[in-house]
Amino acid sequence: MKITKKEIGHVAHLARLDFSEDEKEKFTSQINTILMYMDILNRIDTAGIQPMTHAISLNNVFRDDTEKKSIGTEIALANAPDGNMGLFGVPKVIE
Amino acid sequence: MEYEPVIGLEVHAQLLTETKIFCGCSTRFGETPNSNTCPVCIGMPGVLPVLNKKVVECAMKMAIATHCRINGTSTWARKNYFYPDLPKGYQITQFAHPIAEAGYVDIEIDGTKKRIGITRIHMEEDAGKSIHDDLSPFSYVDLNRAGVPLIEIVSEPDMRNTDEVVHYLRRLHEILVYLEICDGNMEEGSFRCDANISLRPKGEEEFGIRAELKNMNSFHNVQHALEYEIQRQRTILDGGGHVIQETRLWDVPQGVTHSMRGKEEAHDYRYFPEPDLVPVVISDEWREKIKNTLPELPMEKRGRFVEQYGIPPYDAGVLTANRDLADYYEETARLCGKPKVASNWVMGDFLAHLNEEKLEITESPVTPQTLAELIDMIEDGTISGKIAKEVFEDMWKSGKNPKKIVEEKGLVQITDTGELEKIVEEVLEANQKQLEQYRNGKEKLFGFFVGQTMKATRGKANPEIVNELLKKKLPIL
Repeated sequence: MKITKKEIGHVAHLARLDFSEDEKEKFTSQINTILMYMDILNRIDTAGIQPMTHAISLNNVFRDDTEKKSIGTEIALANAPDGNMGLFGVPKVIE
Repeated sequence: MEYEPVIGLEVHAQLLTETKIFCGCSTRFGETPNSNTCPVCIGMPGVLPVLNKKVVECAMKMAIATHCRINGTSTWARKNYFYPDLPKGYQITQFAHPIAEAGYVDIEIDGTKKRIGITRIHMEEDAGKSIHDDLSPFSYVDLNRAGVPLIEIVSEPDMRNTDEVVHYLRRLHEILVYLEICDGNMEEGSFRCDANISLRPKGEEEFGIRAELKNMNSFHNVQHALEYEIQRQRTILDGGGHVIQETRLWDVPQGVTHSMRGKEEAHDYRYFPEPDLVPVVISDEWREKIKNTLPELPMEKRGRFVEQYGIPPYDAGVLTANRDLADYYEETARLCGKPKVASNWVMGDFLAHLNEEKLEITESPVTPQTLAELIDMIEDGTISGKIAKEVFEDMWKSGKNPKKIVEEKGLVQITDTGELEKIVEEVLEANQKQLEQYRNGKEKLFGFFVGQTMKATRGKANPEIVNELLKKKLPIL
């Protein structure tokens, strides 16, 4: 096995995903299959080939440092379930 | 046992751009909460970040100024973690290929030079600001700061004591401000510092287990937090214990560091390439173009001042502490042609008044022109040094030029020997008792007669002539 159920549980926790034991079993085996396929790809000799960092062969896409009008506090908070004085209210983050 | 601290720093500097790194929202500090926001910086789904070119140029300036190698190609990555002030659930930063690597900053402590290595400089976006209120069941988030451009400057673990840390920080701060790419305001968080610190037995090669320190928002705090941490780790090691690798927060009111609990997976960021941003490719031409815009840097300027103006290194250090001050001094020195005298005035009366009234150099009522005129008047004997201080006061208050003040107040130095002789005689006449004592050997009273003569002329007498006259008039003892 390339990955354990415990590792799947850890990654799920990092992504704040809640899986049942059955799901964890299933994903462990599925991700394991993917990782085994990576082993096949790893057999290819890639010496001297630049790692690809981006799917499109473009670079230096810039914008100038000129201000654009912001959407404003009211619209920014339109989807926020809790707010106060123009601030987003979130579950308390300090114990 | 004797231990040696090993310290490396991560400095975050907010860049002085008009707009955020990936959108056109303003970076202004202190605005109404969440007013400088848009779908990009509040992390709405489906939006596309576009890189602000000025951010790249600012980072290049810092890289060149700190002797870094600028990478021809640098790329973006997502650093994943959950915190409410990070709306996307990841921070866009640089990981595998930062913009610059392998530079250094030289520091000098009591005449001893030391080179502090810089591992890397990378660009990234700032997070928003969380506001916690003990009485409220919520935390609150302001995203005005989310997406403000930062560069992170990571040093090698080259520092061995807190003095070196403070010197290195001051050098970095000074360079950033000189380059006009960061305002350097530590209280507002434009210049922030985290430290990695471990102890090892003196003579040992291998590093000990380190702690990471955060929340040190002044040079003073950095020094105190590190000193506390050195002591804390020493106590643990001496007791046979082990330092735990963790993040600790400096608690300013209590003067201690606290372990930051509840961040158990803090270092599991699962970086991966940012698919929304293409690589940054920097050509030699672009690099040269930016290099040519760089101003003279503080260290170079300091060396030049010592050489060109013949002033002590300490004075050169004070005068080059910021660009405006250095320019002010140079202009004054050029106009009066007396660099050492100019240095004394700028470092003395000028800075004292400026600091007292908390003014910027550019707001000073005394300009290099008027200060140089004042110096000219001392040098050509029009006024005495003592009167010059009085005139300076007046210039500061009224903004008038010194010639006018001297004329209006009749402060021109009395250099007419005949006139002064008369005054000296009057002084001796009026102080018969002291004259008697002097004749009986109380030599110290010579100064008294000088003082009385100066007083009689309201400080306008040329002190050298007064001295000579008194020497002639008084019996030699």
